[in-house]
Amino acid sequence: MSTPLLSIKGLTKTYPGVVANDDVSFDIGTNEVHALLGENGAGKSTLVKMIYGLVKPDSGTMTWNGQPFAPPEPKAARASGVAMVFQHFSLFDALSVAENVALGMENPPAMRDLARRIRRVSETYGLPLDPNRTVGDLSAGERQRVEIIRCLLQDPKLLIMDEPTSVLTPQEVEILFQTLNKLKAEGTSILYISHKLEEIRALCDHATILRLGKNVGECVPADTSARDMAELMVGDTLQTPTRTTEKAGDVVLDVSGLTLEPTNDYGTTLKNIHFTVRAGEILGIGGVAGNGQDELLAALSGESLTWPDSIKVNGQDVANLGPNARRELGILAAPEERLGHAAAPDLSLTENALLTGAIREGLTNNGFVNWSKTTEFADTIIKEFDVRTPGNHVAARALSGGNLQKFVIGREVLQRPEVLVVNQPTWGVDAAAAASIRQALLDLAAGGAAIVVISQDLDELMEISDRFGALNEGRLSDLRPAAGLSIDEIGLMMGGAHGMEVAHVGEEEKEGASA
Amino acid sequence: MIALEKRPTPSRALSLSTPIIAVIITMIMGGLLFSVLGKNPIEAIRTIFWDPVFGEFAFYYRPQLLVKAAPLVLIAIGLSLGFKAGIWNIGAEGQYIMGAICGAAVGLAFYPTESRLIFPLMIVAGALGGWAWGMIPALLKVRFGTNEILVSLMLVYVADQLLASMSLGLLRNPEGMGFPGSRNFSDFAAGSSWINEAAGLHWGMAFAFIAVIFSYILLNRHILGFNIRLTGEAPRAARFAGVNPTRLILFCLGTSGALAGLAGFFEVTGPSGQINIDFASGYGFTAIIVAFLGRLHPVGILLAALLMALTYVGGDLAQGNLGLPSAAIQVFQGMLLFFLLALDLLTNYRVVLKTKGAA
Repeated sequence: MSTPLLSIKGLTKTYPGVVANDDVSFDIGTNEVHALLGENGAGKSTLVKMIYGLVKPDSGTMTWNGQPFAPPEPKAARASGVAMVFQHFSLFDALSVAENVALGMENPPAMRDLARRIRRVSETYGLPLDPNRTVGDLSAGERQRVEIIRCLLQDPKLLIMDEPTSVLTPQEVEILFQTLNKLKAEGTSILYISHKLEEIRALCDHATILRLGKNVGECVPADTSARDMAELMVGDTLQTPTRTTEKAGDVVLDVSGLTLEPTNDYGTTLKNIHFTVRAGEILGIGGVAGNGQDELLAALSGESLTWPDSIKVNGQDVANLGPNARRELGILAAPEERLGHAAAPDLSLTENALLTGAIREGLTNNGFVNWSKTTEFADTIIKEFDVRTPGNHVAARALSGGNLQKFVIGREVLQRPEVLVVNQPTWGVDAAAAASIRQALLDLAAGGAAIVVISQDLDELMEISDRFGALNEGRLSDLRPAAGLSIDEIGLMMGGAHGMEVAHVGEEEKEGASA
Repeated sequence: MIALEKRPTPSRALSLSTPIIAVIITMIMGGLLFSVLGKNPIEAIRTIFWDPVFGEFAFYYRPQLLVKAAPLVLIAIGLSLGFKAGIWNIGAEGQYIMGAICGAAVGLAFYPTESRLIFPLMIVAGALGGWAWGMIPALLKVRFGTNEILVSLMLVYVADQLLASMSLGLLRNPEGMGFPGSRNFSDFAAGSSWINEAAGLHWGMAFAFIAVIFSYILLNRHILGFNIRLTGEAPRAARFAGVNPTRLILFCLGTSGALAGLAGFFEVTGPSGQINIDFASGYGFTAIIVAFLGRLHPVGILLAALLMALTYVGGDLAQGNLGLPSAAIQVFQGMLLFFLLALDLLTNYRVVLKTKGAA
């Protein structure tokens, strides 16, 4: 084999109290799609930040085409031909696609030329995108295309993609893979970061697996089973949640004709949503981020009030009740954003236990807080949900994402809800913690609670929900039994591929060439 | 290279010790400043910090400290509630003036009747005056979404004009030979806030202590105090916890207005003695500094107000005895705030030394 494009030797990076990368070595060849596989917190992001010049390694070397490579800043990395699509987009909602692209360039050309170049690249690679549209109106998949095109305009030799499919429908994933394969055929290497095994088996030529900052193995994904890769990644045999199928009881949560204007400019309007959830049932709601998930949670939790009779619990109209009045009736919720919404970052875990527990746990008496009882409640959450923390006095922001998520979910589950609404219950949580959270939700349902799980992780929804529906542009699809749904059907429920009817890379390439 | 790194949890030890370190650094830098001005730095620092409390004439200056600190504590306690919740009442000076006018007006209406009932009635009127002035920005914010910083600040100037109009018109002393200003409360026992004028004790000090205790209990033991802190820390989490932002705004601005009104009332019926054009003395603005100097903590505010009073009394003393220019005293007070805020950073961040390149 010829010299690899990028060769990494012994990269190490430590942060106070944690070794993010420990002596990691691997090569990325030319014309290769290389997967970097690992759980959340395994050190994938730190590693690619070092390649992209955002973080400097403590020790170790990189060589680029045989030359020493140590980019002091992203600008230098870009000059060498490294481009990166981040997991969280850095786009301005109020600007157009072309303006956003221009902002990322060192010497942006005139807007008209740029628009033409964007169109050409987008057609060549099967990424349909109108340069004049406002980014705020685009779906998550389309926003990702803006980021990809921004990178492709630099003619990169190595394209780094950090968890690109977490915001895409299955159909959009298909289109992305066609684009990536075409890039590979043209000589661009791709470093593809993910924890989704089937994707990696379908797309990647080689995989490097990280666990706790160490390189724990390499494999050819096509020849390795997903189970083997998962066990390398987790370092343990995985426990799949088990459920005891109970007969569903009476309708507990009854939502009909729920319509809600968003509170901010680029929010989504909920349009005429209907569904019911029975006692002991889990309803899974999928859909790409930004299609009304936050708004639906706010409407169910009581943060947003809606028209009378649009939300009923056990026959009682609750649409006009605030969060605490709903808590009294046993309607609890856990929002997606852990820091700042579900929990206050600078307050201690005890204080965060009080945040939603005051009503149902009886933590106040005539308005006076019973701190000893609150501390007890916090300790119970920490113990029952295995929250790893030095103690209940620690600020919420000091916990890792997974541990805080266990705390947030545990806080609601332990309050014996009759209705529980959770948004992205396992987002950014390691596999073992995710499994225990799902198990807790299943146990709660087995105990007779009605549960709504809003998530973008389809595997999760298929695993735990009884019925499935998808949010698309504020509308909820028809609900279907989750068992036996195919990925294609789910994708169509999620709205298919956003912003295009059918995209055929080949055809549009011809158009692009003739243009 | 020096870099700042965020601490996972704020350092408790530093948050308690930085005010003391700041005072020490201020003494050192202030000493340098005074020596550049040709004064003996040790003597100057001693005059400001030591003499008012332990010096030869401390028997006179100690009550002065309490007289200056009491209104600062009352106002700053009220402000701290709002500041904790992210509600910025900058117009305490106006509420202070309105409390003084309303309380004094009720008292003067009864002049020269002597009754035990008059003073409590005046207290209520003083608190209501400040409360009403604080409710103006509150209602405008709740109803129309106006900015409470601007509205409350502008109302200070309105109150100032009202004060001038009152001292020249409605409340002017009919026996004052045409001079501006109301009757003096030192001639009206039923309406005077002095408990013991010789010892320098007035009711405002008692109320300041009560305010500290109530605020401590509210913030640490009551769900309303928790909601105030929660709203300031994470507004979205507060909504999720069922906090009603409208009620919170009305409560915080109303309470801080009432406390500022009380401060003004006790001042006008005690140390100041009468409603007059120059009654407003800037306590309402200084209290903002005191609130932050005390880290918005009730006990901290009490200590900060005493420290602030000390620099005022000691500063006056240094001006008189050592001939220090008043501008130098103001620079000295500014230094104190500067170092305190600068060191404040250390409770949330730690300083790390980095070698360039490798790290």
